[in-house]
Amino acid sequence: MSDTQTFLLDGEEVPFAPGQTVIQAALAAGRYIPHLCYHPEFKPHGSCKVCTVRADGRTAAACTLPAQAGLAVESETEELKELRHTLVQMLFAEGNHFCPSCEQSGNCMLQALGYELGVMTAGFRHFFPIRPVDASHPDILLDFNRCILCELCVRASCEVDDKCVFALSGRGIGKHLIVNAESGRLADTEVALSDKSLQVCPVGVILRKRVGFAVPIGQRKYDLRPIRATALESAPRGPQAPGPCPSCEEGS
Amino acid sequence: MHALLDAAMGRYRHNPTCVVQILREVQEQAGWIAPAALSYIAEQLGLPRARVEGVVGFYSFLHAQPVGRYRVLFSDNITDRMQGAEALLDALCRKLWVERGKTSEDGLVSVDTTSCTGLCDQGPGLLVNGRAIARASRERIEAIGELILARRPLAEWPPELFSIADNVRREDLLLGSRPEPGAAIRAALARGAGATLDEVQASRLCGRGGAGFATGLKWAACRDAPIQNVQGASRFVVCNADEGEPGTFKDRVLLARHADLVFEGMTVAALAVGARKGFLYLRGEYRYLLEAIEETLARRRAAGLLGGDICGSAGFDFDIAVHLGAGAYVCGEESALIESLEGKRGIPRNRPPYPVTHGYLRQPTVVNNVETFCAAAWIALHGGESFRAVGTPKSAGTKLLSVSGDCERPGIYEYPFGVTVREILRDCGAASVQAVQVGGPSGTCIDATEIDRRLAFEDLASAGAFMVFDETRDMFEVARNFAHFFAHESCGFCTPCRVGTAMLADAMDKLHGGHGSQHDLNEIHRLNRLLQATAHCGLGHTACNPILDTFRRFRPAYERRLSSFDFEPAFDLDGALAEARRMTGRDDAGAHLAAEP
Amino acid sequence: MTERKKVRIATTSLAGCFGCHTSFLDIDERLFALLDRVEFDRSPLTDIKHCGPCDIGIVEGGICNAENVEVLREFRRQCRILVAIGACAVTGGLPAQRNHLDLGACLSEVYLTELGVVNGQIPNDPELPLPLDKVHPLHEVVKVDYFIPGCPPSAEAIWKFLGDLLAGRTPHLGHGLMQYD
Repeated sequence: MSDTQTFLLDGEEVPFAPGQTVIQAALAAGRYIPHLCYHPEFKPHGSCKVCTVRADGRTAAACTLPAQAGLAVESETEELKELRHTLVQMLFAEGNHFCPSCEQSGNCMLQALGYELGVMTAGFRHFFPIRPVDASHPDILLDFNRCILCELCVRASCEVDDKCVFALSGRGIGKHLIVNAESGRLADTEVALSDKSLQVCPVGVILRKRVGFAVPIGQRKYDLRPIRATALESAPRGPQAPGPCPSCEEGS
Repeated sequence: MHALLDAAMGRYRHNPTCVVQILREVQEQAGWIAPAALSYIAEQLGLPRARVEGVVGFYSFLHAQPVGRYRVLFSDNITDRMQGAEALLDALCRKLWVERGKTSEDGLVSVDTTSCTGLCDQGPGLLVNGRAIARASRERIEAIGELILARRPLAEWPPELFSIADNVRREDLLLGSRPEPGAAIRAALARGAGATLDEVQASRLCGRGGAGFATGLKWAACRDAPIQNVQGASRFVVCNADEGEPGTFKDRVLLARHADLVFEGMTVAALAVGARKGFLYLRGEYRYLLEAIEETLARRRAAGLLGGDICGSAGFDFDIAVHLGAGAYVCGEESALIESLEGKRGIPRNRPPYPVTHGYLRQPTVVNNVETFCAAAWIALHGGESFRAVGTPKSAGTKLLSVSGDCERPGIYEYPFGVTVREILRDCGAASVQAVQVGGPSGTCIDATEIDRRLAFEDLASAGAFMVFDETRDMFEVARNFAHFFAHESCGFCTPCRVGTAMLADAMDKLHGGHGSQHDLNEIHRLNRLLQATAHCGLGHTACNPILDTFRRFRPAYERRLSSFDFEPAFDLDGALAEARRMTGRDDAGAHLAAEP
Repeated sequence: MTERKKVRIATTSLAGCFGCHTSFLDIDERLFALLDRVEFDRSPLTDIKHCGPCDIGIVEGGICNAENVEVLREFRRQCRILVAIGACAVTGGLPAQRNHLDLGACLSEVYLTELGVVNGQIPNDPELPLPLDKVHPLHEVVKVDYFIPGCPPSAEAIWKFLGDLLAGRTPHLGHGLMQYD
């Protein structure tokens, strides 16, 4: 007896392996669901809510929703596109996102999602928060203005680098990224250029100095291919793709 | 300094899961958590410093910057405001020569607001260095100001200032029963663990914290969930006394008057699910109850009602530790509460898995409300059938209500489920009622035409708040107060709640200032839809309820604030020129922008 | 055969750099085709000083001072359709990167306290527009109907946008034409 089970995504069958969440199975099957804080190498986080789908009538984040046989998942509906559109607008309004002067422009997932979802304006009043940059480190710049609080660097630094260079403090709209030093400066942390945490920022917060414009604007990742295509390329393929069991998810 | 820190850590055996407790004790003694202290605590507990800093940054009552030697926080619930809190806050600021929200230059005092402190029946309430003070008045504020200016230690303040009344107005099953300590446990032991759980299921008791989940089902799921095989593994029973819903204060009274009944219920639960360890998560605002609660626990240990071989039953081991919250409403959500118990930022977890299978330290955990445990103790004593005989077919038993607002006799009322709003209003002496907020900001707002509705899971479900507003009140301002509450208490984990609650509070302020247009109302509705569909937890889902409810019922309160324009700027245009006018000294026509578009 | 009435367009640059206008001119010879169908009211191309009734208003740049507000309001009053063009109009853009600075402190440093300033005075001529304490995108001041992001948007994007708009289609820039940088 085959152990391949399936659920329905916008009416089409998607196979999944036990323990996979909806987004893991969908991406493995070559089906794109817009997402931001989800990263195929890390445990699903469920904070940005961009991957919100409707499953058996109820809305849920596809990245943390366990796949179940027969589940009817809707993703490409007008309602959900509108919700995702608004969420991306909110992120643009919350931070200081000035793409023309950002060296991650073209490689930025938030920007690419904006293109994908047709976000022409943040729409809301911009918060223009005051978030000073940290240029203390000789080789790394932290520009908190662009932080979307996805915690990927926090997760990578703790889980892969075993350093916990990054953490979050504050709460609500005052939530913000901090570094592991009494001085509050990156230069006084254990961060190293080889750290995983430096590779995972989906936006332009964590930057290596002096290399930002090696590839000219206009020839970068999402300039060439839309995120819908690139996300599928970087997703693990096949229904056997490893998916962390959400039941074993460790909070710390 | 290190002696103080070592002592605090020593009391918790340097257990990193107790870091919130350790920080809270350090804060209580040192006034704040200095950077060096934070580094030392992190190092000694083997935690990354940034993670401890993140914990300090999460809780309102922990401070990584120095605050005044006296820290005065006025409760900012709408009922406190209705009792004149704002004028009293201003008066105290004037007396102390301090600007609201800032520490005085000599470091003596700061005055600010905090979320509802649970003294709505005797407000305005305030906290001075964490100690609760009720019935603020001109005279009492004057006295407090003098004590602060005289730099009198809090321990020397007149005890009368700190007296808190119970104000129990109507007793029924729970408030009327004062069983002999241990009676419910002995009844449960006589019946056996399985049969006790059967009684709880037969009683149809549902959780009293608001969600109304069947208690028997929860206990059974926990009992049946396997323990993860790690050292010291156990199931856990957690009592949620993080009573943060504005307008709710019944758990304060239960813990002040019926603590034995609460612990009795927790012990019965421990027997039923096979737990060896329990926690009482007490909200920081109720810190003043701690000593009495610890005394009750000690007395119960001495009487063989807690600890090893409870009531002489070999192998029935269970004990309870008290954890204090530190100012975070979201920790009332059970998985956030567990995170907080584990010494982390109180962020609601992704579910599934649920706490009954993966709770505290990933072990099966029952989390119930204070009142639920009291009811469980009652059921252990009297049986499920007699409990079920009270209330309505779908809502068994009684409900404690925290009545406040515009009425003659605010306080605690216990009614069988099914009581009408009309009966409650009559009993508490409310006249000219315009609206009642049932269940607090995350509950339901009803108007005077709906007072024949019933308090029951099948009609008006409630965690217990019952705030009455008479015809003189402005229901828009009620909703605006609640919008700010949610923005202040959002944990910030998910995008829609973090940004959306801030935007909602902003939009309500814009309307309040007379600068709102139809466009802003549309935006509010758009945010509401988004929050309901995509927020991570109940806080975000319900954050729009007050606006939706009041808009539906009291629409003119919104409309009379709208400007006649279709669109109003997002910010005060003329105000945005004020700084430039000040710097240039100009005040000519060109130095102003008129309001018209 | 009656001549089709031309669509009247006004354009202006507020707190911007005229880069969007320059990019518009980059549609090159297609300008002639465009001019068959449109005529220009107030615009750097015509030097008309005040905007009359128009079908479309295209505004580049954000809002940094009182005059920007007045001009934007004039455009909103006169134009049926208002379009924000470019990063500055859409997000505040480069000028908005002063928003973390205190305006008073800035004026004071530049005109009064900076080294080398003697008998300094903050300019207070009523002819000069007063700066706002922060720079804002257009949609925070008036209702804006369409947005063309980009710094500047490419000539192709502008051409596609205008083509859609003039044909009565909801403008849609796809991948490649839609860019924020």
